[in-house]
Amino acid sequence: MKRILVGIKRVVDYNVRIRVKADGSGVITDGVKMSINPFDEIALEEALRIRERGAAEEVVVVTVGPADCQQQLRTALAMGADRALHVLADGVIEPLVTARVLLKLVEREQPLLVILGKQAIDDDNGQTGQLLAALWQRPQATYASKVELHDGAARVTREVDAGLETLDVDMPAVITTDLRLNEPRYVKLPDIMKAKKKPLDTLTLSAMGVEPRVQLKPVSFQAPANRKKGVMVKDAAELVAALKQRGLL
Amino acid sequence: MTARILIVAEHDGAKLNPSTAKCVTCARAIDVADISVAVCAVDAAAVAAQAAQLAGVNHVLRVENPANEHALAAVLAPQIAALAAPYSHVFGPSTTFGKDLMARISGLLDAPQVSDIMAVESATRFQRPIYAGNAILTVEVAAGAKVVGTVRTASFQAAPDGGSAPIEKASLDVAIPQHTRFVSVSAGRSDRPDLQTAARVISGGRALGSAEGFKILYALADKLGAAVGASRAAVDAGYAPNEMQVGQTGKIIAPQLYVAIGISGAIQHLTGIKDARTIVAINKDGEAPIFEVADIGLVGDLFQIIPEIERLL
Ligand SMILES: Cc1cc2nc3c(=O)[nH]c(=O)nc-3n(C[C@@H](O)[C@H](O)[C@H](O)COP(=O)(O)OP(=O)(O)OC[C@H]3O[C@@H](n4cnc5c(N)ncnc54)[C@H](O)[C@@H]3O)c2cc1C
Ligand SMILES: Cc1cc2nc3c(=O)[nH]c(=O)nc-3n(C[C@H](O)[C@H](O)[C@H](O)COP(=O)(O)OP(=O)(O)OC[C@H]3O[C@@H](n4cnc5c(N)ncnc54)[C@H](O)[C@@H]3O)c2cc1C
Repeated sequence: MKRILVGIKRVVDYNVRIRVKADGSGVITDGVKMSINPFDEIALEEALRIRERGAAEEVVVVTVGPADCQQQLRTALAMGADRALHVLADGVIEPLVTARVLLKLVEREQPLLVILGKQAIDDDNGQTGQLLAALWQRPQATYASKVELHDGAARVTREVDAGLETLDVDMPAVITTDLRLNEPRYVKLPDIMKAKKKPLDTLTLSAMGVEPRVQLKPVSFQAPANRKKGVMVKDAAELVAALKQRGLL
Repeated sequence: MTARILIVAEHDGAKLNPSTAKCVTCARAIDVADISVAVCAVDAAAVAAQAAQLAGVNHVLRVENPANEHALAAVLAPQIAALAAPYSHVFGPSTTFGKDLMARISGLLDAPQVSDIMAVESATRFQRPIYAGNAILTVEVAAGAKVVGTVRTASFQAAPDGGSAPIEKASLDVAIPQHTRFVSVSAGRSDRPDLQTAARVISGGRALGSAEGFKILYALADKLGAAVGASRAAVDAGYAPNEMQVGQTGKIIAPQLYVAIGISGAIQHLTGIKDARTIVAINKDGEAPIFEVADIGLVGDLFQIIPEIERLL
């Protein structure tokens, strides 16, 4: 079956104002709104569109994380994914561990494409897609803003520092999404009800034979340094004068 | 343990990108016995000569292969991985080139990657921003692990010239994958300074209203010798091309002067400019969050203010 695997990470919603705990042990996540990583919504939307065009038959969403992540998987099912895989893992899961889990699932599911976000907006690592592609020894097309499938290959336009780069990658391949790839659809209420009946399998790291190795130990978390309070000027002339005074013009 | 650090050079075939000199400065912040720069190219001579001049560089390696014409991560990663054995650290810049490539190297080496290094505390302890820069994480890499790192270029000055490192050819025997092929690149060509290295940057937001509206920014920028940036809203709306986006998911920059015009100051935008020396904000809404970080703020209509500033220059 032509299948697409999509990574779904549960993250603090992008609208939440992040606060570091007073003791520096982490970021306050109790009671804050959690959502699907915005790049992963885009990944799922792209997979659904590919399926709707007939170029794939099944979209499987996967998350690695604690029990709460099922909420985001249910949302993904309501958006239109066919089934979900939840790999239960508590505590810090480093990108290399996530990538190893994804590799195991790839071996099991044999997807045509794996679509992930280019970065998760909590840890901002931006590694998982490339790691998976390396471990799998398959192509990667990161920062995608356009994806077209031709027989056996994907033509991907990538947002790079210089502008837009286009690559052809043989499938199977890993694609990571950038913001302008698409606009994810909204979930409709009846779909939320239907999603409750869609299959969601739970797996464990140990059953998959992946060790939750910790090689990047968090030592402390700090709030960023605040900038000094600025001054207000009343018109263009004052602005130009202030810039001259600071030697900036 | 004294460190031996391999840096992957970023270049366009002819010129070394300044991001490489910033990686050298980051590497020099570590107690380091050797800094080597690898230049992957078809013919690496010209770029290798530039890398050899950077103060602090001990060796430059020419990694030459006809397949290296375009910097494809899938092609370059196995070559760098094959060079990595004697090194304790492998660094590259946190640009789209480096972010794409280094994590693939991390996977091939099974070595953990520290993304976006903004400060060095020791050979194994680094600071990096998380949550769009709303928190700074100090992270310790496990003893014995090789460290792959991407260097947040806005956090480090470029290493000066003044070195004269020996240049060697690396002879590698690695299989180059054929599964990834370069098709094209369309670069928005402009005579303006490069956004990532410009001393002055003028950025526009949704308020500019159209690609036409952005022209008043270009006129001001040209008068100031500045690069032009944009908010995501402006890029999404098609007023400016994607390579101009500044922020968490665009470019992270550290100019001497940053002028935000008609930009509200969303956290995702601010994370891209927090290392700017002086931030100027022009916005008609006095409550806009951009004023919380601005060193100089001016409340008013940009369509009146910009032409006035231009006249005064
Ligand atoms: C207290 C605390 C401390 C931490 N300290 C560290 C640390 O020091 N170093 C460190 O590297 N990490 C740390 N982590 C983060 C770790 O748990 C991350 O989940 C992991 O590093 C993945 O990184 P990322 O999400 O930034 O991946 P990215 O590479 O940015 O993610 C890219 C894409 O990969 C996919 N993906 C990523 N994770 C998952 C997942 N779990 N399930 C499904 N798809 C996924 C998604 O599609 C995502 O868009 C810490 C977490 C906590 C809570
Ligand atoms: C995952 C994610 C990643 C993101 N990454 C980025 C990123 O990298 N970079 C980025 O910029 N954004 C990013 N964003 C988007 C960000 O949240 C904001 O939506 C965006 O920055 C808003 O752009 P803006 O300030 O141009 O528009 P708006 O927020 O609409 O602000 C326009 C401003 O113009 C002012 N204005 C209007 N008319 C005038 C006038 N005539 N004269 C003067 N002022 C005027 C208004 O008062 C207002 O403050 C991201 C969002 C998400 C969810």
